[in-house]
Amino acid sequence: MTLRALGYRMVQALLVALLVGGLTFLMMQALPGDAAFRIAAGRYGYDMVNAAAAAQVRAELGLDGSGWSAFAAWLGDLLRLDFGTSLISGRPVMEEIRHQLGASLQLAGVSLALSLLIGPPLGVIAGLHAGGWLDRGLLVLSAALRAVPQFLMGLILIVTLSIQLGWLPAAGHGRADHLILPALTLALGLAAISARVTRDAMAGVAARPDYAFGRWKGLSERQMLRRHGLRNIGVPLVTFLGLQLVLLIEGVVVVEAIFGWPGIGHALVHAIFGRDVPMVQGTALLLGLGFVLLNALTDLAAHLIDPRGARTP
Amino acid sequence: MTMSDTTLMPVARHGFGRLRWIGLVLLTLVVGFALLAPVLTFTDPLQQDLMKALAGPDAAAPFGYDHLGRSLMARLAAALRLSLSIAAASVLTAGIVGVGLGVLSAWRGGWIDRTLCLLADSVLALPGLLMVLIVTAIVADRPLAFWIGLTLVLWIEYFRLTRATVARQLAAPGVQASRLLGFGPGYVFRRHLWPDLAPVLLTVAAFGAGTAIMTIAALGFVSVGMRPPAPELGLMMVELLPYYREAPLALFQPVIAIFLTILALNLLAQGGRR
Repeated sequence: MTLRALGYRMVQALLVALLVGGLTFLMMQALPGDAAFRIAAGRYGYDMVNAAAAAQVRAELGLDGSGWSAFAAWLGDLLRLDFGTSLISGRPVMEEIRHQLGASLQLAGVSLALSLLIGPPLGVIAGLHAGGWLDRGLLVLSAALRAVPQFLMGLILIVTLSIQLGWLPAAGHGRADHLILPALTLALGLAAISARVTRDAMAGVAARPDYAFGRWKGLSERQMLRRHGLRNIGVPLVTFLGLQLVLLIEGVVVVEAIFGWPGIGHALVHAIFGRDVPMVQGTALLLGLGFVLLNALTDLAAHLIDPRGARTP
Repeated sequence: MTMSDTTLMPVARHGFGRLRWIGLVLLTLVVGFALLAPVLTFTDPLQQDLMKALAGPDAAAPFGYDHLGRSLMARLAAALRLSLSIAAASVLTAGIVGVGLGVLSAWRGGWIDRTLCLLADSVLALPGLLMVLIVTAIVADRPLAFWIGLTLVLWIEYFRLTRATVARQLAAPGVQASRLLGFGPGYVFRRHLWPDLAPVLLTVAAFGAGTAIMTIAALGFVSVGMRPPAPELGLMMVELLPYYREAPLALFQPVIAIFLTILALNLLAQGGRR
């Protein structure tokens, strides 16, 4: 069953590649002027380009053929992971992306870890004391946090922690303290949701008869939580977090652009701004595939925690 | 936040009617402000008066002026009108497409169902913001690009929920009885499918509108959305951020506006979930 789920994710990954390929092809077609001339200019520089170079590019990429043959060639390049060179920096797209991927993974990893440190523990405590003051407070706080889009959270953190209090740098990359604000921005949004999910799952588990039986048997609260509570809330939490990871991917795009974090999202926004189609293609494909990969890992984690019911998506 | 997550989110079990009511009142206030502000003061949101840059409120501009001396109230109302109308348009078209395809998929089954599900799954795998971002690069006109991009993103949730709900209903005895009695598809849809579907769709629509408004503002904020001088919430924030020390209240206004709008839509949506 797990194999089937993974096979499904493979098909999904292929479809993402096709979709990104199709959309970026349309983007290329929508650019004003002659695409061949622009690509030639990207390769040789605007000073060196002439009609002969453009004609050569046109013949090479099959741009003079029908739209369909051009599209087929375009997809062929994409599936061989040959993105070409950036129209702006002139360096191979793969090289640029490899550089940015590290920065993005660092940011995403730290934010995810931070959100897991904040959200689920609060949710467990609130769920064990459902209806208490922490539970009520958390309900309001989480509703408020979910009404704050990520870019707004970034703005609020910059204004309060960086401008008003001067504790942290507002933007930049290189020192460790540059990571804190963007990671916190992403983590707070994720934590608001994971806290709610954990709370509801925990409250549900704690209200079950077997939980009451465990208490009656004489197990301490700590034992109950460790042996019976956490494992039971694991699957809903992991499955749900998997769905929420799209927030992380989208967040990476917005938050990196705001804080000037040199990752893939930042590169994507700049590439869109400069109509750098090869870079858009590379970064969009990587983000889409990253999302599929995260989902596959979620399937796997849910299976490891609870091997009983194999969950096919 | 995308919709697939929110609709699957477990729900707290108390105080539903009240929350939904609060959401509706808040949304009415926001929409009312967006529509009525231009009636109350006839100020052009683009008209500059540099002598009044960052000035406080007066009769012509009850909310004060921005860094170029434009009326903040007029700009805020225009920005809200823009975001709300794009959100409404995309939620509507996405709803029509999604519900139509969902009913078709559940009703016909077979290869139509499989193809549509595969299509929905592959679009779902592309983060919504990414889709909208790429469409803005293809279509030059920004509001149109947002409309198309958001429709492409939002239809999936309608499709999936409609398909699941309708499939369940079609197998129920009520529908079979109606069909045996010779009623047509239109009647079956109206009498059996729609009553079950409508409350679900309201929730999807409210969350979808929230997603749309957040996306427009987020892209405006990172300078790939609407272009200046168009009044737009995210754009207003990024324009006013450098003047935060001189005029904190000016920056505060679009922030509050978007917070209240999203909060209202979230509350409205949550009331419909069971």
